[in-house]
Amino acid sequence: MLDILKSPIVTFQEFILLAGRATRNIVSRPFYGTDVILQMDTIGVGSLPITILIGFFSGAVMALQMSRALSQYGATGQVGQITAITLVRELGPVLTALLVAGRNASGIASELGSMKVTEQIDAMRALGTDPIKKLVTPRLVATCSMLPLLTIVADFIGLCGGYLVAVPLMALTTSSQYWSTAWRSLQYDDIVQGLLKPLVFAFIIALVGCLYGIRTTGGTQGVGRATTQAVVVASVWIFICTFLITRVFV
Amino acid sequence: MPDSGLERTSVLRLENVSLSFDGESKVLDNVSLDMRTGDTRIILGAAGAGKSVMLKLALGLLKPTSGRIFLFGQDVTNYSEGQWFETRSHIGMLFQEGGLFDSLTIEENVAYPLINRSHQSPEQAHPRVAEALQFVELGHTLSKFPSELSGGMRRRVGIARAGIADPALLLYDSPTAGLDPITANNIMALIVQERELRNATSAIISHRFQDGHIMANFRYNSESKRLERIPGNSPLRLRTRFVVMRDGRIVFEGSESELDASTDPYIAKFSMQRSVH
Repeated sequence: MLDILKSPIVTFQEFILLAGRATRNIVSRPFYGTDVILQMDTIGVGSLPITILIGFFSGAVMALQMSRALSQYGATGQVGQITAITLVRELGPVLTALLVAGRNASGIASELGSMKVTEQIDAMRALGTDPIKKLVTPRLVATCSMLPLLTIVADFIGLCGGYLVAVPLMALTTSSQYWSTAWRSLQYDDIVQGLLKPLVFAFIIALVGCLYGIRTTGGTQGVGRATTQAVVVASVWIFICTFLITRVFV
Repeated sequence: MPDSGLERTSVLRLENVSLSFDGESKVLDNVSLDMRTGDTRIILGAAGAGKSVMLKLALGLLKPTSGRIFLFGQDVTNYSEGQWFETRSHIGMLFQEGGLFDSLTIEENVAYPLINRSHQSPEQAHPRVAEALQFVELGHTLSKFPSELSGGMRRRVGIARAGIADPALLLYDSPTAGLDPITANNIMALIVQERELRNATSAIISHRFQDGHIMANFRYNSESKRLERIPGNSPLRLRTRFVVMRDGRIVFEGSESELDASTDPYIAKFSMQRSVH
């Protein structure tokens, strides 16, 4: 029984230690600014096309689903409100985070895992560089700054997708009503929730990817295993954290 | 910190060092080793004998479960990672596969210790990098990436990087593993040159007795630019010793002739390789 619990507890302990060291490094020299920008490009700009695509269709599908339900109550004019609340509070942050987890937690884990098994991380330490500072902190900073921005893009594009379905395609409401109900329905809490979630998710995605990467063992097979574990663990924690954060706000 | 004077001070000393992971069987078991200035140790042993682990302990990449480690006269056993960064700047290490950074060019890889530790700009580091790569006959590869080089070439770049900051202690982890005999001998010739030119203390892990034989019997003549046999009474010959490891323990330490004379079947395997090849 204790052996079964030991592994996840040790992993969680390693996660906390890594989080502490990576966060502390943000304010200590040397700063690897070039690495941060490079990671921002990979994580942020690289994820932008797929974020736009997913954001658009999630908003469009939401409007489609809602059209049927709302028409039963003669409330099709509220489609903008429902799309906005659903996207900003939940769908935008979670879908974007899952997307970035699939794309970047795996990328980070496989990159760092390959470096580990080819002794590049040992070489880095031997040559006087702290791998946490050089590899983990830039990825953490980049993910934490890019994921909220990607979420904002996904939310906006999702609203545009909802608009295209609700107004030109199905004529559920007018253009001005769609945008005004969408805008007015959003409370301060919704915006805070919608931006806090991606920040927490970014922390999870970057650190889980890095943790599974730098503790990789077992050659190329181990790299594959670390990649899969990183995506699965990050995704599970995204759902757990979205529940916990939502619970605070509801 | 390192003493480059003529007095043969202690460079690396392991005192009853043991290491085990998660309380499992010991990877290293009560290992003791003493290397002084100018010494060469050829560490032989089967796979899993603990050779690489021993070098990683000497470099602070692993921490021992028990025992003490001294580097350049300082007890480094309980050094923090931050303290190790300073100590490691006096050690050059060639990793098994070279340990080159995939994302950096060969020039950036070799310049890394100078830029990172000595805070030189790439332009300042360039002449020394070009010279170091010329030394390993890879002067034409500056702008290439490690993936564009063969295994032997990557090992040579690793040698250039290990020695570029003039370390007092050079550690080579299986420099010839997986290489054809010609390339392996060229690599060993470079390591001999590196030892002579820098007067560094060296530890070399190998599966091949021939590698040790070259280190023990040859030196680099900088005038003729060739390897030549070391005279029998040369102190260099006396400073080159063989270490044989088995199951995490040192089971033999001695000269080449003592290794040859050993009747232990395991130890004799490493000496017999000479006659096989």
